[in-house]
Amino acid sequence: MAAVQDGPMELDAEKEAKPEILSDGTSNLSGNTASGTLSSSPLTAAPAGGAPKMEDQQTLIAVLQFLKRNKLSESVEILRREAGLGEHQEGSQATDGSGGGKGDGDGGDANSLLSRVSITSAAAPQSMPVKKDQPDVSVVLSAYSQQGDPPLYQVYYSGLKNFIESVLDCHRAELSQLFYPLFVHMYLELVYNNHETEAKAFFDKFSGDQECYYQDDLHILCGLTKKEHLKGNEVLLDFRTSRFVLHISRDSYQLLKRHLQERHNNQIWNIIQEHLYIDIFDGMPRSKSQIDSMSGSLAGEAKREVNKAKVFYGLLKEPEIEVPLDDEDDEAENEEGKPKKKKTKKDSLGSKSKKQDPNAPQQNRIPLPELKDSDKLDKIMYMKESTKRIRLGPENLPSICFYTFLNAFQGLTAVDFTDDSSLLAGGFADSTVRVWSVTPKKLRKVKSAGELNVIEKESDDVLERIMDEKTASESKILHGHSGPVYGVSFSPDRNYLLSSSEDGTVRLWSLQTFTCLVGYKGHNYPVWDTHFSPFGYYFVSGGHDRVARLWATDHYQPLRIFAGHLADVTCTRFHPNSNYVATGSTDRTVRLWDVLNANCVRILTGHKGPIHSLAFSPNGKFLASGSTDGRVLLWDIGHGLMIGELKGHTDTIYALKFSRDGEILASGSMDNTVRLWDSMKAFDEVETDDFTATTGHIHLPDNSQELLLGMYHSKSTPVTHLHFTRRNLLLAAGAYNSQ
Amino acid sequence: CRSTTMTEREERRFAEVPRESIKLMAESTGVELSEEVATLLAEDVCYRLREATQNSSQFMRHAKRRKLSVEDFNRALRWSNTETVCGYGAQDALPFRPLKEGELFFVEDREINLVELALATNIPKGCAETMVRVHVSYLDGKGNLEPQGTVPTAVQSLSEDLLKYYQQITRAILGEDPHLMKVALLDLQSNSKIAALLPYFVYVISGVKSVSHDLDQLNRLLHMVKSLVQNPYLYLGSYVRSLVSSVMYCILEPLAASINPLNDHWTLRDYAALLLSHIFWTHGDLVSGLYHQILLSLQKVLSDPVRPLCSHYGAVVGLHALGWKAVERVLYPHLPAYWANLQAVLDDYSVSNAQVKADGHKVYGAILVAVERLLKMKALSLTLAAEGGCAGLPGTATGAVGFRENSLGLSPPPEPLSEPPLGIASHLQAGGAGCPWEEWTPVSLPAMYCELYSFFGDSLAVRFSTGPPLGGATPPGPCQPLEGRKEPASSAPNLENTRKMPQLTASMNISPRRDGSPRMEPQPPSLAATVPGRSLARSSSSSSSVSRSRSSSSRPGRSTSQSRDIFPKARFPLPQAGPPAFSFIIGGRQMGRRCQGRRFQTSFTPTPPHTTLPPRAYAHKLPVIGRVSKPVRRWTCSHYSLHLPL
Repeated sequence: MAAVQDGPMELDAEKEAKPEILSDGTSNLSGNTASGTLSSSPLTAAPAGGAPKMEDQQTLIAVLQFLKRNKLSESVEILRREAGLGEHQEGSQATDGSGGGKGDGDGGDANSLLSRVSITSAAAPQSMPVKKDQPDVSVVLSAYSQQGDPPLYQVYYSGLKNFIESVLDCHRAELSQLFYPLFVHMYLELVYNNHETEAKAFFDKFSGDQECYYQDDLHILCGLTKKEHLKGNEVLLDFRTSRFVLHISRDSYQLLKRHLQERHNNQIWNIIQEHLYIDIFDGMPRSKSQIDSMSGSLAGEAKREVNKAKVFYGLLKEPEIEVPLDDEDDEAENEEGKPKKKKTKKDSLGSKSKKQDPNAPQQNRIPLPELKDSDKLDKIMYMKESTKRIRLGPENLPSICFYTFLNAFQGLTAVDFTDDSSLLAGGFADSTVRVWSVTPKKLRKVKSAGELNVIEKESDDVLERIMDEKTASESKILHGHSGPVYGVSFSPDRNYLLSSSEDGTVRLWSLQTFTCLVGYKGHNYPVWDTHFSPFGYYFVSGGHDRVARLWATDHYQPLRIFAGHLADVTCTRFHPNSNYVATGSTDRTVRLWDVLNANCVRILTGHKGPIHSLAFSPNGKFLASGSTDGRVLLWDIGHGLMIGELKGHTDTIYALKFSRDGEILASGSMDNTVRLWDSMKAFDEVETDDFTATTGHIHLPDNSQELLLGMYHSKSTPVTHLHFTRRNLLLAAGAYNSQ
Repeated sequence: CRSTTMTEREERRFAEVPRESIKLMAESTGVELSEEVATLLAEDVCYRLREATQNSSQFMRHAKRRKLSVEDFNRALRWSNTETVCGYGAQDALPFRPLKEGELFFVEDREINLVELALATNIPKGCAETMVRVHVSYLDGKGNLEPQGTVPTAVQSLSEDLLKYYQQITRAILGEDPHLMKVALLDLQSNSKIAALLPYFVYVISGVKSVSHDLDQLNRLLHMVKSLVQNPYLYLGSYVRSLVSSVMYCILEPLAASINPLNDHWTLRDYAALLLSHIFWTHGDLVSGLYHQILLSLQKVLSDPVRPLCSHYGAVVGLHALGWKAVERVLYPHLPAYWANLQAVLDDYSVSNAQVKADGHKVYGAILVAVERLLKMKALSLTLAAEGGCAGLPGTATGAVGFRENSLGLSPPPEPLSEPPLGIASHLQAGGAGCPWEEWTPVSLPAMYCELYSFFGDSLAVRFSTGPPLGGATPPGPCQPLEGRKEPASSAPNLENTRKMPQLTASMNISPRRDGSPRMEPQPPSLAATVPGRSLARSSSSSSSVSRSRSSSSRPGRSTSQSRDIFPKARFPLPQAGPPAFSFIIGGRQMGRRCQGRRFQTSFTPTPPHTTLPPRAYAHKLPVIGRVSKPVRRWTCSHYSLHLPL
């Protein structure tokens, strides 16, 4: 906030902004190399040195460990004697080996993205468990021991396939989940060991069997035929470094295990052991549709224990607004001549908010900015407006206003409205941000410092006087980014605007001076989205570097780093209580992060494509997410479960918004339609609450058509943003696409 | 600069760069590569390209675009520390062309003459400023029930230029200067950028109702309709309905202008009727049931005795313009009822009735013309049907589906007609259930002739005698099959000729191709097909009873215009041969098939003596009818030239 006080000194700010851009590039570069060397130096040093001899030794050690783990102590003794290895040597080598193994995966491509991510994520506490339960041995083995006969891979795979196809229906669906990860890992192994032709044959033979929603990944996979290609390919790095999570019932798992042991199918068993994480649950096996609804993400489903953490999804207590409310109200009411009625109404509102929601976090769980007088005024305005709000419902659909961007030349990339719907901001591919006033009130800059000195500070209309009437215009253009602007977000108090860009920065703009105040650097890669906290001050950003960062406007470094996504973070949203942040990613998962400790508290899987839009319900209980596959998924945050699937859109959903009371969910898509969904019904139907059942697998009704309340076409205008005004009028925005 | 041979391997569906290209590129930079290295390099290059493409797609997705741009690809390259490819940032797609010699593909990169560009007078408009427009799309989730028309919401506010254009055009058309009006109409007819103005023009045209006193203005508005209808770039959509209602107004309403007998509102009605048929035949498919609705309203007017005669006249010419089927279905069944009224008017010789009587004669003439063509066309279709059966080539010459059913037998077939040969039936069906014509049963040709003869007497015969006489095929028609049998040899090739003949198509436009459906190849019961047949038949049976043969001879539709031309000739006897017949012959000859052309000629030369004489005998009976021909001539003319007679 310190920066804000510099607001009027716009010239300085502008000057500062310019060199920033210049230095951006260089600092980025140096940052890259620095982190690269950081990561590679300690790790790669050891294995790179003694290549062949070390390898043998490591293999031996790995075997030893394997024997040990299986309690074959006599064999261990014999082997150790024969190989001439000391006990201590094994220990030290083993850790060394594990380091080497890791280095082989990460350090080998020191310049690649992931290495940096793994470093940052290693720094972040919450990603440690993931790394920890990666067994040391397996890392070594995965690299060396699996040189099974390449042509046999097909035999192994089809053997398993035959087995799975022959088991009972209830198990077949569950075990079929194995196909895709096994397929990928076997293929990668073949490629990794330079069996190019076998790999191709393997791919051709079995790629058709995979679920259709893995097509995108398969497409990337089939382009890979060389070991060298594996380095630096992000998708594959994810596969190699993270374990694919499957949920399988105990019965099915036993069946599989027995089969593999009978057949001595070690190849597959090894892969399962090393690359897959099978989350075994007791109870009925899941049906095909249940599995399909949850699968599809890059790394399988979420482990169940991940979603066990308690989430305080309730809303914070509304601050009590004292005297000014009455004053204002009285004035207004006196004009209207019926003061009493309103007063009672307001009281009821107040009392409601005074009750503490049992699911709400502590009021001071995270520090929130103090309310300023202007904020209080705004709250009053908000309350007044909300009394005039239209109650929406299936019979009472909102009117839609469409804000069409003309002459945007395919360049409109992001849109945001202020909460009171008075300002509209657009981010453009030409790296500009434009702000429009959508009310008759024009946009004015504050006068320059010199002029401000002359102003009489005691006058009543000082706020009016500081504005420079000469600069009044309908729109303002903000220059500063050096790449397309992918995300914009207004601060709740309408004084600031955030923009995130391909140039790797997030910028904070003052809407008083229309200048850039701060450039937040940290992402180094394109920043796909940014979003202000509903209380201001904090904001979150997410980008190509696979992490989301939490910032405060007055800190030039991030306060928290949310690392864990396996691919780009494409969209970020604050929870209404500001204690949580939701992120959607190209890895086809939605994650919920705790702002307090940067822990990942929910991993939501089920999307079949990158997620491009998120929306919290106003009561904070639910989350909606939209993706490129044209589906909207609804999630219960408290239980971490999917509770609805809204099918209908035919293209990427770029905009989602709940109405002010949460009865209606509006979704806007590239297919030029806005659709309205009955979210109340969708939530009610599952609120019967059978989640508590241990499995936590619910059966989703396929009722998209019943929930669809309306579909509204625009004229060749993809819907980029949706916003409900305080009175529940739906505003949509998009750029007209003349063709 | 990047000329690479791209091949597509089936099983991978990836573009690949073969090693030969790699070697070539290496050579061009002076490096010699071994086969092995080139192969490896090629594979790596392919992979890197794919990777870059995949990476670039996320830039597209985040820019919320559907189209991957060069810029996206360059960004992906930049982020992978690769040099970007410059020079491909143009908005237009760059064509990727093959070079015949040497299987080379390259991006076409034309040279641009900067001098020319700099000195060009048409300075390209600068990029317009990005702006935001708002409008309420849907109220209470109901959506706009009113169709928003063709104006795309994004350009709802008309641009300055369009607005100016609109003002200029409307001023020019409704203004005084005939030359300006001509120019404006021509532009309206050919301008490709006025889609946004269509609703405005349609609105202006709907103003006919307010200028019913001013024939001139009405005429101008009708011209405007015509220009809009003929503009190939306009999609009229549901505006057809509005245009039709404006035109119908001109046809049917007792216009204020018609109070003054000196005003030639008849011509206006004729013109409007022509326009109606034109709209219907070219745009009728835009609005379902339009044909049906039009027929209904025409029928309503016709059956309403309270309406003035000029309205009736409009209904008749409207029906006539819609084709003989319409006449058969609406006018013919109504004739007995209507005839009594008309007769009463015509028989009243009181002075006070003079004006009304003159109007009555108008209606009489119009009915006569319509009925005459009905008979002709009906006979023609019968002939053709018979022909098809004989030739055993159902539908080949005509391409008409209906003929298959019609060609069932050789027996003189009135029945076959029950199934209208072409598209009208479908229009009627589209018109929906419960239309009064559904129980309509076709009347056989002889019966029809007899009935009509009872109304019109010899004047009907006169009309028929004016065409080139056709012997043998008398209405009772035992001769018809005979006639048919002679024809097949020549009919098919002639048909083709007809389609190419501009003169004939012109006349066919006037009387919308008898029974062809809109938007189809000008079909069949074509003039040419019958003409030689006629001639043949005539020569064979010229000795048969003269009056009969005359009366029926011209049945197979000489164009109405042609037979109408006869009347002025009858009144002002002209010595020379009928000009239309002459042009006909030329058409035949021009079309290359010289022998056919000559045959036309032989068939036509004997006609003039016949055509001139008999009408003269009856001309005194129908003093007013002659005027009918005037507008007719105008129609022909206008259609033929596709420009308005301004």
